Amino acid sequence: MKRCTALSDAGKLGWKSLPIGGILLEPGSALKYKTGDWRSSKPIVDEAKCNNCLLCWIYCPDAAIIRKEKVVAVNYDYCKGCGICANVCPVKAITMVEERR
Amino acid sequence: MVTLKELTKEELFTSGHRLCEGCGEGTIVRMTMKALRGATIITNATGCLEVASTIYPYTSWRIPWVHVAFENAAAVASGIEAAYKALARRNAWDRHVDVIAIAGDGGTFDIGIQALSGALEREHDFLYICLDNEAYMNTGIQRSGATPHGAATTTSPAGTKIPGKPEFKKDLIGICAAHGIKYAATASPFYWNDYITKVRKGLEVEGPAVIHVFSPCTPGMRIEASRSIELARLAVQTRYWPVYEVEKGKYKLNIKVAQPKPVVDFLKIQGRFRHLFEPQFQHELDTIQRWVDENWKRITELCGES
Amino acid sequence: MRKRVPREGDNDGGGEKMSRIMGLTGDEAIAYAAKQSNVDVVAAYPITPQTIIVEAFSEYVANGEVHTEFVCVESEHSATSACIGASLTGARVFTATSSQGLALMHEMLYIASGLRCPIVMGVANRALSAPINIHGDHSDMMASRDCGWIQIYAENAQEAYDWVIQAFKIAEDREVLLPVTVNIDGFVISHSMEGVNVLEDEEVSRFLSTRKPVYTIDPDKPVTVGALCLPDYYSEMKKQQAEALNNSLGVIEKVNEEYRGLTSRGYSAIEAYGTEDAEAAVLCLGSTAGTAKTVAKKLRDVGKNVGVIKPWIYRPFPDEEVLKAVHNLKALAVLDRACSFGAPYGALCSDILATLYQNGKELKVFNRVYGLGGRDITPSDIESVFNEALEAAKTGVVKENMKFIGVRE
Repeated sequence: MKRCTALSDAGKLGWKSLPIGGILLEPGSALKYKTGDWRSSKPIVDEAKCNNCLLCWIYCPDAAIIRKEKVVAVNYDYCKGCGICANVCPVKAITMVEERR
Repeated sequence: MVTLKELTKEELFTSGHRLCEGCGEGTIVRMTMKALRGATIITNATGCLEVASTIYPYTSWRIPWVHVAFENAAAVASGIEAAYKALARRNAWDRHVDVIAIAGDGGTFDIGIQALSGALEREHDFLYICLDNEAYMNTGIQRSGATPHGAATTTSPAGTKIPGKPEFKKDLIGICAAHGIKYAATASPFYWNDYITKVRKGLEVEGPAVIHVFSPCTPGMRIEASRSIELARLAVQTRYWPVYEVEKGKYKLNIKVAQPKPVVDFLKIQGRFRHLFEPQFQHELDTIQRWVDENWKRITELCGES
Repeated sequence: MRKRVPREGDNDGGGEKMSRIMGLTGDEAIAYAAKQSNVDVVAAYPITPQTIIVEAFSEYVANGEVHTEFVCVESEHSATSACIGASLTGARVFTATSSQGLALMHEMLYIASGLRCPIVMGVANRALSAPINIHGDHSDMMASRDCGWIQIYAENAQEAYDWVIQAFKIAEDREVLLPVTVNIDGFVISHSMEGVNVLEDEEVSRFLSTRKPVYTIDPDKPVTVGALCLPDYYSEMKKQQAEALNNSLGVIEKVNEEYRGLTSRGYSAIEAYGTEDAEAAVLCLGSTAGTAKTVAKKLRDVGKNVGVIKPWIYRPFPDEEVLKAVHNLKALAVLDRACSFGAPYGALCSDILATLYQNGKELKVFNRVYGLGGRDITPSDIESVFNEALEAAKTGVVKENMKFIGVRE
C-alpha cells in the first residue's frame, strides 16, 4: 500500500493514460488508504463483556468495527481512535488505550 | 423500524476516507447507505464529505457519485432525474434510480438555497439530505445561515464586544415545507433507527423529500471526538434539535422530550460556546434557552402536541 | 399568441423532397435543429435574445413532438448544473443562453468541459452589463473563451441550423467529448427570419444516431465523478483536456465532410472569400462577415483586391487555417465585436497577431472594435475599413493599430 504524497510522482499516471475527466473507475479504492496510523489511542474490546448490541458498529464514522459471530472486533487498519465506540457502549466493553509508536 | 442486526453489513461508503476522527458526517453517510433500496446515485456538494471521501485517486464510494460544485447539488440531481426519465421514455433505461443530493449547511442554507428551492418547486423525484454541522467547516469554520446564535466561528468570533454570531438559525424545514413537498424531516444520528426510517421514507416518496440532520463536528464545534454521538443525543434531549417530520404539510413530533435537559448541558461541552460562560456574556445563555423554548413551542404546536 | 413555432408542412410547397425550406429566425433554427437532434434533456432559463429558442422548444414538448425532458431551471447556473448531471447519465443534452446568463454560468462552463460533458449550447450573443443592454455583441462569449468549450460562430440562421446538428456529432465523438457553443448575433440573427434549408427528421437521426457515451454514472458500474485533485494530478488533467480540445479540429473536419455529403453545404474551420488573390482582407466572426462579403464583392467588381476571412471555429483556434488564408495578404483588418478592457488588442485580434508573429508573417494588421451593444455596422463602415487595409497594403504603414469605430467622441 502506497501513501499518497503530493510531492512524489512515483507510480502516478501521466495525462495520456489517466481516464478522462478525472473519473475514478474503481469503487471503494479508498480502502487502499489505511487511516489507522492517525490514532493516538486505540479501542480494545473486552469480548467477555460485549453483548453484540452493534451500537459501536452503527456509530463508527469509519466502518472500523467488524461484526463477528457473537461479538465485535476493531479493524485497526482504519480505526482513527476517535473513541465514539467506547463512549456509546452500554456495557463499557470498550476501553481506549493510549498508543505509542 | 429495523434492528441493527437486520441492517446490511455491506459498506457502500468505505473506510479509508479522510474525515476527521469522530466526524458526524461519516456516521450519517454510513447510516444513509444502510437505507438504500436499489440503484442509487449521489450528487454531493463541495464540502467536508466530498473533499474527504474523494481525494484522487481514492474514493470511498461504491455507488455512482457526482460532485459538480458547491451550490448546485439539487440542480445536478434535477438533471440526473430528468435524464433517466427521458432515457426511459425512449426505452434506453428500464429501472427506477433513486437520486440523493447531499450537501452541508453551507451548500443548503446559503449558497445552495436557490438550487434547492428550484428543485423542490419543480417536484423532481429525489431525496435531499442536509448534513448540518452549523458552519462552513471544510474551509475552516466560518459562519453560515445555520450557525446558531452565540456560536463562535472564524467569521463570527467570540470577541470582546460581540460574543459570537448575533443572528439566529434559519428554519430550513419550514422553508422546504412551504414549497408544499410531500416529506420533510429533521433527524439526529444518535437516533439511528429514526434516521434510517426517514431516509427510506424519503426515497419512497414520489417527488422531492428533504431531511435535515444534525452533524457533530469535532474541530468546528470544539468537542472531544469521542463525544460526537453523545452531542447528537444532547441536542435532542435539550430540545435544541426537535426531531419531527412534515408529511404533506402535517407536522408530527417523532421524539418527545418530556423532561428536557437545560440547553447549557448541550452548550457546555462545546468549545464554540465557551465564551458564553464568562460573566459578561452569561445573559446570552438565557437568550439561547429562550430561543430553544420558543422554537420547541412553535414546533410542538404545529405537531398538535400540547 | 402568435403561432411562432414552425410546423411540419410549413414549407413553401416547392422543391424536391430532399430539400425543404422553412422560414426560421436564428433562434427558431437553433431550436428546430435541437428538436431534430432528439435531445433527451434541455435545462434552460430565458434571457433576451435567446428566449425564442427555449419558447419554441417548450412548444415542441407541450405538443408531444419530442421525448425531451425540459427542465425549467431557476437560473442559468442551475441550467448548466442540470445539464452536466444529465450529460453524465449518457443523455444527449442541449441548452441556450445569452449575455448575463452565460456570465452566470461561467463557473459551470469550466466544470462541464473538465468533466468532458458533450453538451451543446446555443448562444444568442448579447452585450454584457453594465450598462445593461439587450442587443448583440460578442462580449459574452469572449468573456468565457478560455472555458474549454468548442466555440463556433454562425453567420446566419442556415449556418446556425447546420452547426447545431454537426455540434452534437462533434461533441459526442469519443475522441472529443467536449461541450460546444454555437453562437449567433443577438437580434440581428436571432430574431431575423430567413429561408432555411432543413433536413428531414430521419436524415438527422441517421446522421447523428444515438449517443454512445464512454463513461456514465451507471448504477451497475459505479464511478466517482468530480473528485478532488491535488497538485499531483491537476496539471495532467488539464493537459489532457487541452489536447482533446486542440485535436477536435480533426473531428470537426471529418464531421463537416460527412455533412457536406448529406446536404451539399460545406463547412470547415474557416470560410475564406476572395483571399486567393486579395492583398487586403477583413477578418471577423458572425453576421458581420456577411455584410463584409457583400462589400468585398462590390469592391472586387471595380478591381480592388480584397477578401474576407470568417473563422467558423474560434476555439480551438484554427491557426493553420488562418495562416493558409492570409498567405497572400499584405494587410489584414481584424474586427472585434467585444472590448477586451485593458488589453492592447481585442481577443480575436490578439489570437491572430500571436499566430502571425510566431509564424514569421509580416503582413500589416490592425484592430477595429465595433458594434458594441448592438450598434449597427454598415456597409459603408466596412468599406472604410477595406480602404484602410488597402492603404496599409500599399504603403506598408498602419496609421492606427487599434481603435473603436462608429463611436461618437
